[in-house]
Amino acid sequence: MKGRALAGALLAAALATTAGCTGSGASSEKKEAKAVDDPDKVSGTIEVITHRTDLVEDGTMDEYAAEFRRTYPNVKVEFDGVTDYEGEVKTRMNSDDYGDVLMIPGTVKKNDYPRFFASLGKQAERSRKFRFTEYSTVDGEVYGLSIYGSIPGFVYNKRVWEEAGVTDWPTTPAEFLDDLKAVKDRTDAVPYYTNFKDGWPLAQWWPAHSSASCDERADVQVVEGDPFAEGGTVRTVDTLLYDIVDRGLAEKDPTTTNWEGSKPKIAKGEVATMFLGSWAVVQMRDAAEQAGTDPDDIGFMPFPHQVDGTFCAGLSPDYQQAVSIHSEHKEAARAWVDWFAEKSGYAEDNMNVSTLRDAPLPGVLAEYEKQNVELMELDQSRGAEMKELDDASEVGIDDPDYRQELVDIARGARGGSPDELFADLSKRWTGAAEELGYR
Amino acid sequence: MSALRRRLRGGVVPWLFLAAPLALLITFTYAPVANMVAYSFTDWDGLSPELNYVGTENYRDLFTRSELFEVFFVSGYYLAASAVQIVLALYFATVLSFNVRFRNLFKGILFFPYLVNGVAIGFVFLYFFQDGGTLDALFGLFGDEPDRAWLGDSASANTSLAGVSVWRFMGLNFVLFLGAIQSIPAELYEAAELDGANRWQQFRHIIAPGIRPVISLSVILAISGSLAVFEIPYIMTGGATGTETFVIQTVDLAFKFNKTGLASAAAVVLLLIVLAVTWVQRALVPDDKAGDLV
Repeated sequence: MKGRALAGALLAAALATTAGCTGSGASSEKKEAKAVDDPDKVSGTIEVITHRTDLVEDGTMDEYAAEFRRTYPNVKVEFDGVTDYEGEVKTRMNSDDYGDVLMIPGTVKKNDYPRFFASLGKQAERSRKFRFTEYSTVDGEVYGLSIYGSIPGFVYNKRVWEEAGVTDWPTTPAEFLDDLKAVKDRTDAVPYYTNFKDGWPLAQWWPAHSSASCDERADVQVVEGDPFAEGGTVRTVDTLLYDIVDRGLAEKDPTTTNWEGSKPKIAKGEVATMFLGSWAVVQMRDAAEQAGTDPDDIGFMPFPHQVDGTFCAGLSPDYQQAVSIHSEHKEAARAWVDWFAEKSGYAEDNMNVSTLRDAPLPGVLAEYEKQNVELMELDQSRGAEMKELDDASEVGIDDPDYRQELVDIARGARGGSPDELFADLSKRWTGAAEELGYR
Repeated sequence: MSALRRRLRGGVVPWLFLAAPLALLITFTYAPVANMVAYSFTDWDGLSPELNYVGTENYRDLFTRSELFEVFFVSGYYLAASAVQIVLALYFATVLSFNVRFRNLFKGILFFPYLVNGVAIGFVFLYFFQDGGTLDALFGLFGDEPDRAWLGDSASANTSLAGVSVWRFMGLNFVLFLGAIQSIPAELYEAAELDGANRWQQFRHIIAPGIRPVISLSVILAISGSLAVFEIPYIMTGGATGTETFVIQTVDLAFKFNKTGLASAAAVVLLLIVLAVTWVQRALVPDDKAGDLV
């Protein structure tokens, strides 16, 4: 009896601890991180949680901080680099202590932003100066500011493609496949590298869907339409991936690929092409420098699809910096967020698209300007719903999982056909959309 | 006064000693489990402060989606591997319990993999199974060029991963067995030798019955381990190519699709399955005869 009473007491104690464990990090009160008028008046030490562990370790972030201090001499910036950013920060956000500035994790629901982050101002006003504000706008208030934007596309080795006799960008998926075939036949390079094992590089195909329709409302269409139907945008993009693998144009053993190892491969021309994004170009060029090859060999081209003779590419923001609602130095934190987007030069350093509207495009996109590629800012009016829909349907539209299945089917490691896979995805996607009342 | 003090001491002192371990146990084991059970009845997404009680809906959802349980087929590979692992461990433990040259060296070599961090093992074996990697090179030494993708299809990948699991955990079984074998009194072997028993007979009639509880424990650990495989496939394949296990699926539900409630329910179900299997096994093979030998 005594033992049982004790066990009961233990359980009660355990349950009591349960009660206070959930979401205590959130606050119901809206708060604003105000802009700073006089840089000398803001002070304090702010903690910035970042996913760029590499830049924290090699001191680059400290250089930005030193530059920042020239304008804001009384603010000290400390960095906390987190390797498993999404998982770890999500857990930390259940407490009050998640730094002063952080990147908004992808798992936070958009409508919850006001509970976790301080407002940075009205969207109507912010959007005049900055791109991507709509991605973090709730009820007209903006909660995040992107560090830079990026566009999806193929990173390729120009020298290898030229060796194969291809100098013009392919304009249709069929033409693209022919070009890869030429690379296979005329050079020693592996035409395409999937980076299957690491998974996330396959998810890079997702943002290309807007290139397939060349519509600024592409993301809205994904919620309201069926992106996996025959001719649907996501299916069009993924079908190219399927065809590449199906025709033996990808690496021999996708299951043991290695992301870090793939960089020198494309730099040296052992691999000709990978679908990534403009953010990857700088990394490949660095790899080329290290391997002693010409960094200018690394080129970037859009998804092979044209509408009325022009290529399209949707701009999408990288992580957005936000100010924690629990920060004690909101003004200093706000100063950092704005300064980082406006003045740090981070976007140029990474050869990517600046968050500032009037900043010039990075040099790597010079060819895009020459060829008149249309860069689109996508309508995010149904962005929150898209995330809800993806969770409810368990499709993982921006995850690698079903794309890995697609590659497995293409190389014969799994039964079934791509049509069956897309039919199943389509059923789950539209079914969940109907259940949630989005259609 | 002194009687009271003695009674107090008798009642309080043991609890004082127990306080620290109990506090740790409750904080880091029971409280999280209680939390998990509580979440399994809600629709919590893992972050939002709003969570609603949804009754048994998560469990109903789980049991009406049979595809969620298909992943248990993968556990079959690990179960088969566990059998191999226990037999091998038993073999090595028996051999090394006798006087063998370089005994301690071999003990060290066999136990060493268990000490290596699981994440590191995952990475090392990725190179091992790579096209033209260590395994291919090894075959090459014997003039054989297998040229196959070891992780390329579901059966091959699962077998390879289960093999890694054997490599990693055999050391633990081995040490458990060895410890148990060495606790068997030496006179028994001497007596057996006088009676003319050979090594196999010594194993069959002295060692095996002597370490039965440990074998039984190893089997329980092996079964529950096979049902809850996570580290090795998660790091090496991420669950791709038909290597997804129940735990990987649960992690995906919780962290990819933000269904913490449903994932908690899945974790509770896994716990119940493991308990049930253990109970069945204990019912079929009771080890109450453990004390017979000595």
